[in-house]
Amino acid sequence: MNIDLTDTTSSKIFGALLDARRRSGSPAMGAVLTLVIVTDEQGHYDALKAATSASREHPSRILVVVARPGRGASRLDAEVRTSGETGPGEVVLLRLHGELSDHPDSVVLPLLLPDAPVVVWWPGTAPEDPAHHPLGMMAQRRITDSASCQSPISELAKRRSGYSGGDTDLSWTRLTPWRTLLAGALDHPAAPITGAKVAAEAESPSAELLALWLGSRLGVEVERATTDGPGITGVHLWSDGGGVDIERGDGRVAQIKVPGSPERSVALPRRPLSELLAEELRRLDADDVYGEVLGLVSPADGSVGAGA
Amino acid sequence: MTASEALFTNGASPGGLSSTNPLRDVRDRRLPRVAGPCGLVIFGVTGDLSRKKLMPAIYDLANRGLLPPGFALVGFARRDWEDQDFAQVVHDAVKQHARTPFRDEVWKQLSEGIRFVSGEFGDKQAFETLRETIRDLDEKRGTQGNHAFYLSVPPKFFPDVVRQLKETGLADGPEHAWRRVVIEKPFGHDLASAQELQRIVGEVFDPSSVFRIDHYLGKETVQNILALRFANEMFEPIWNRGYVDHVQITMAEDVGIGGRAGYYDGIGAARDVIQNHLLQLLALTAMEEPVSFDARDLRLEKLKVLNATHAGKDISRSTARGQYVRGWQGGELVPGYLEEEGIPADSITDTYAAVQLEIETRRWAGVPWYLRTGKRLGRRVTEIAVVFHRAPHLPFSRNQVEELGQNALVMRIQPDEGMTVRFGSKVPGTSMEVRDVTMDFAYGESFTESSPEAYERLILDVLLGDPPLFPRHEEVEASWRILDPIEEHWESHGKPDTYPAGTWGPRSSDEMLARNGHVWRRP
Ligand SMILES: NC(=O)c1ccc[n+]([C@@H]2O[C@H](COP(=O)([O-])OP(=O)(O)OC[C@H]3O[C@@H](n4cnc5c(N)ncnc54)[C@H](OP(=O)(O)O)[C@@H]3O)[C@@H](O)[C@H]2O)c1
Repeated sequence: MNIDLTDTTSSKIFGALLDARRRSGSPAMGAVLTLVIVTDEQGHYDALKAATSASREHPSRILVVVARPGRGASRLDAEVRTSGETGPGEVVLLRLHGELSDHPDSVVLPLLLPDAPVVVWWPGTAPEDPAHHPLGMMAQRRITDSASCQSPISELAKRRSGYSGGDTDLSWTRLTPWRTLLAGALDHPAAPITGAKVAAEAESPSAELLALWLGSRLGVEVERATTDGPGITGVHLWSDGGGVDIERGDGRVAQIKVPGSPERSVALPRRPLSELLAEELRRLDADDVYGEVLGLVSPADGSVGAGA
Repeated sequence: MTASEALFTNGASPGGLSSTNPLRDVRDRRLPRVAGPCGLVIFGVTGDLSRKKLMPAIYDLANRGLLPPGFALVGFARRDWEDQDFAQVVHDAVKQHARTPFRDEVWKQLSEGIRFVSGEFGDKQAFETLRETIRDLDEKRGTQGNHAFYLSVPPKFFPDVVRQLKETGLADGPEHAWRRVVIEKPFGHDLASAQELQRIVGEVFDPSSVFRIDHYLGKETVQNILALRFANEMFEPIWNRGYVDHVQITMAEDVGIGGRAGYYDGIGAARDVIQNHLLQLLALTAMEEPVSFDARDLRLEKLKVLNATHAGKDISRSTARGQYVRGWQGGELVPGYLEEEGIPADSITDTYAAVQLEIETRRWAGVPWYLRTGKRLGRRVTEIAVVFHRAPHLPFSRNQVEELGQNALVMRIQPDEGMTVRFGSKVPGTSMEVRDVTMDFAYGESFTESSPEAYERLILDVLLGDPPLFPRHEEVEASWRILDPIEEHWESHGKPDTYPAGTWGPRSSDEMLARNGHVWRRP
């Protein structure tokens, strides 16, 4: 069911949500969190699509905040969508006009689920310091995406200087399958790693983070190589015993070679936004490992130094 | 990771993973537990279980990135197949039954490791071929000698297969490699046969290498029993005879015996379901808090409570059994048990069994535990209902609380997993009237549509060597000790009562509860 409310207030929106829920005959709610998406008119369709798909795994109340600053009068318009096509949760699309666009917290606060965690997601441009943004302050977890910004690498440096526990970036999330594969390759005692190389398309914040993670964990220099992509195309770890070689040219299937085993292929597909978001929502406490790796990003331009 | 998974994993490094891996960090919880290099050999790949559950679960694991690169799947059956023919069978099974979407790249990864060995269980040569196949996989796929053998075959073949594995040296891998064996229920049909089975398997495999599948224990909601009880403060204080009036554990099926006459007749509902699934549910619900969720500590508590459990003294009064007769079920006229194909006309096999058990511990003394299971019942449902005493004093007049029942907490295991709490609430209006209402928590809705199938979890745990979810032979034997006296009594005392298909069992079962002033819930 869709309810359009123009020139409205949070309490009227709340009333509409309650009403819709009563009418659907199920007064109890299974939602486990409130997801606030801060975006613009261009971005909200894709973001909402990913979020509703993720909310099948994590039923949420989804609040989409679209700021429409300008000279006009302050006004709040809302679109309330409940169950049915949107999946198990509820969705409220909020358009904040005029001066109100500077006070999104006043609109969002009354609409949060009682006692449930809050996650804020900036699919595009994010504030310099998410934890101190009026919406970020309400949240346990704040999700940004450096890769979707104009210059991803310098964005990463900004993420570093504005970092607080509970921040996370999808360029880190994208690495989980790579990191899983690499960790698995080193599960069985082998000779110590003496060097490493990460190859990826230019301007890949994920590749930066992967190189920093490997460097700090293995205590080695990590070389960088630029390829045509897509995304990360290869990781090599050298050791006296031969080392680990992973190549992924097509963004889908990787070839892996480890000492004592023949080359094998393994599925390593680049994941859609909905899956990245679902992974983020699985845990709501601070990701310390991400915080540490981000701390290694060099503040000036975010590059890893020589060899980049 | 769900709360229950966290409880089980407990931060420990699973199944022999190197703790010195510099890329691992306990705080890095995004990285899932992935099995090390290994392969799985399935005996009886043409069977129902293999096609509907095992092969799809393996694909789903691969799709979730939880199988190692080079994972090998070997099928063994008496068919004249090539590797490709078997791969096609796996492909079809996956397409039809897998939970996660079909992806070509995942299939490619999996199919490269698929092999088939043709033979009978008595055929030594076939097992030699299997050994060669495994050796070849170690070389070409890097499985490093680690292999699990899944016995998805009728139990009477367990001894044959296990013996062949021993004689061809398949049961022992090279140094630093593991060999594990997975067996499916039934684990015997009484204490003596269970011990015999254990003797045969135990001669060949070390206890820690034997994985008995009770797929109920792989279900998220069953693991959630532990989270519910031990991660919360509000339930444990009332989890005892002071507050609990009685407990009902139900596993009802709406289907008949299907094509499994040969397996089912002579076994019956109690051996098929109560001995394993229901007693495991009882153990998890009744046990004391384990000091940790390690396999050993968990087993210790389950064993303690199983050893304290027994049927009432007078078995004829504390049990009931039934057999379905022709009846209407869900809008369909279905045949009675004796009319099913392959069932002798004088069969006295129970298709419904209900037992009243007592647990002799300080916590549970005097609290009846009612367990029931059956085929062709009202609907398919599995649940545990903990029913509480009435409030000792009600400051209401009699007619105000006329419709108030007992508080109850129901853990729904299937099909719609979740929890229901029943309590009294005021009926809206001017007068004070109190009536039962229920509050629902739907697990499937609150977490993860992608909640893994039980077999995914269990197969992964076998490959990781992580044992908490698998019953050990001590538990199996303790359960037979509870059931054997009941089966013996039934054997020598007449035959089962009847119940029309589509109903909730024979009248004798209702009478059994009525003697204590209780009634079965309608689940
Ligand atoms: N199905 C279930 O849902 C379920 C549930 C719980 C436990 N289980 C247990 O899981 C195991 C397998 O169940 P299932 O339902 O898959 O059984 P099934 O359909 O009867 O399959 C048994 C398998 O064993 C093979 N087999 C039988 N006799 C053989 C012989 N003499 N030589 C070689 N192969 C032989 C069959 O091969 P052919 O095709 O050549 O006959 C078939 O592949 C059993 O232990 C059962 O008790 C099953």
